[in-house]
Amino acid sequence: MTIMAAEPTTEHVYERQAISVHLRDTSFAYPDGREALHGINLTIGAGEKVALVGPNGAGKSTLLLHLNGVLGALDGHVSIAGTPVTRATLRQIRALVGLVFQDPDDQLFSPTVFDDVAFGPLHMGLPEAEVRQRVAHALAQVGMSGYESRMPHHMSLGQRKRVAVATVLSMAPAVLALDEPSAGLDPRARRGLIELLQTLPQTLLVSTHDLRMVVEVFPRTIILAEGRVAHDGPTDQILANAALLAEHGLELV
Amino acid sequence: MAQQILERYIDGASSIHALDARVKLVLAVTTIVCASLLPAGSWLALLALTALVWATIIASSVGLLLILRRALVALPFLAVVVTIVFSVPGQPVFTVPLGFVTLTATDAGLLRFFTIVWKSWVSVQVALILTATTHFFDILRALGALHLPKIMVALLSFMYRYLFVLADEAQQLLRARDCRSAALDGRGGGSVWWRAKVTGQLVGTLFLRAFERSERIYVAMLARGYTGELRSLNARPLHPSDLRFGLGGALVLVLITLQAFLG
Repeated sequence: MTIMAAEPTTEHVYERQAISVHLRDTSFAYPDGREALHGINLTIGAGEKVALVGPNGAGKSTLLLHLNGVLGALDGHVSIAGTPVTRATLRQIRALVGLVFQDPDDQLFSPTVFDDVAFGPLHMGLPEAEVRQRVAHALAQVGMSGYESRMPHHMSLGQRKRVAVATVLSMAPAVLALDEPSAGLDPRARRGLIELLQTLPQTLLVSTHDLRMVVEVFPRTIILAEGRVAHDGPTDQILANAALLAEHGLELV
Repeated sequence: MAQQILERYIDGASSIHALDARVKLVLAVTTIVCASLLPAGSWLALLALTALVWATIIASSVGLLLILRRALVALPFLAVVVTIVFSVPGQPVFTVPLGFVTLTATDAGLLRFFTIVWKSWVSVQVALILTATTHFFDILRALGALHLPKIMVALLSFMYRYLFVLADEAQQLLRARDCRSAALDGRGGGSVWWRAKVTGQLVGTLFLRAFERSERIYVAMLARGYTGELRSLNARPLHPSDLRFGLGGALVLVLITLQAFLG
């Protein structure tokens, strides 16, 4: 029922606006046979901030990974800023979409912060001067200037999460896809993250369980359930709908 | 916890800390090579090398005693060398009766033994002072600049990065086990076999976690444009004063070695 109500609004809104992320009839099953996504249809406009909520195992992380094409072939169609995600366009796509993993220890694989933030720009083939300039800019954006020669294991989780965001900001992506950025953060680090997300000009697609953060940062929310889009609409409407929240096990504490 | 055990770097502002990592690495390797080339009984050269190394340690202000204490870890390996005392032919000095065999120590054997002990002691100190005054990632960069294959530098860098993560995970597993290892009065503990099985499972779990993490890291690398070729920034040119220090140091080392052969 809810799907029918959500669809016309999304189609209507994006007629004139630049489309940033577009998924059409996207389905995906992992090699072990587990089906993660079923016929996802999704359109996100440039600069839109969208929250992706739903229980664990609903397919949130899988969906984010597909924006970057790292999981390989799928059924259906995914395009970023008009560029379809195919084998041939992977390098372009990876420059367009910044993907940040939930565990910063997966995201930060280099010995120092500088090396990590420089990894993306270096592998985009940029000249050295620009790499250095982009690293400095990205670290300034997340408020971590001066940490260039620090080692990830000497930093707090909040700091590592910020640097993890910087590692993709340095690639100047059009779309940022973050997987549970506020999970495990203490209140102050979480506050800093919320302020950071509010200042970012990119299109944001963020999976989270943190509905209070959703209220503050994301005007639009997508509820994912068992690999399908169960609901897609303005955040305030979704959070006002107690029956909908209860149906998907969501709590606004 | 793991950091204190694994971290060898001691922060400081000395001229040794500030010296370019490439120069330090080359000098350290040269010192070790020179030490190992010295013929048996070249005490003067060994004394000069030791003085040089100690001067460096004192100049770095990390503490001579600390380095000497850390150097003790190499001691057990010297047990292997003891056989030389009895196996090299020469004038007998003393004998050790071991029941059915009698070992005879020779002067040539003792000479070689003490030379090797001194050489390894100096070499270990060189390695320790290098790692105490140089960040590991600077050593990695120096290795890269000295054209060690990129894949090896990358492997070392991943190893260093994830050693800490893995050590923390292992510690968490051990704590979780300890928390559930309660014992009732008069019983508990389990058999040695059972305990071995629990430990084996811990190691297996740790391996699986490391394996799964490696896959996530690979995906994270792909997501940031990795296509199979590792890239790194070009190394900065050597500062002239670092270059002079390196050349001067190498010259002194060569002279010490030559003295041992000619003198």
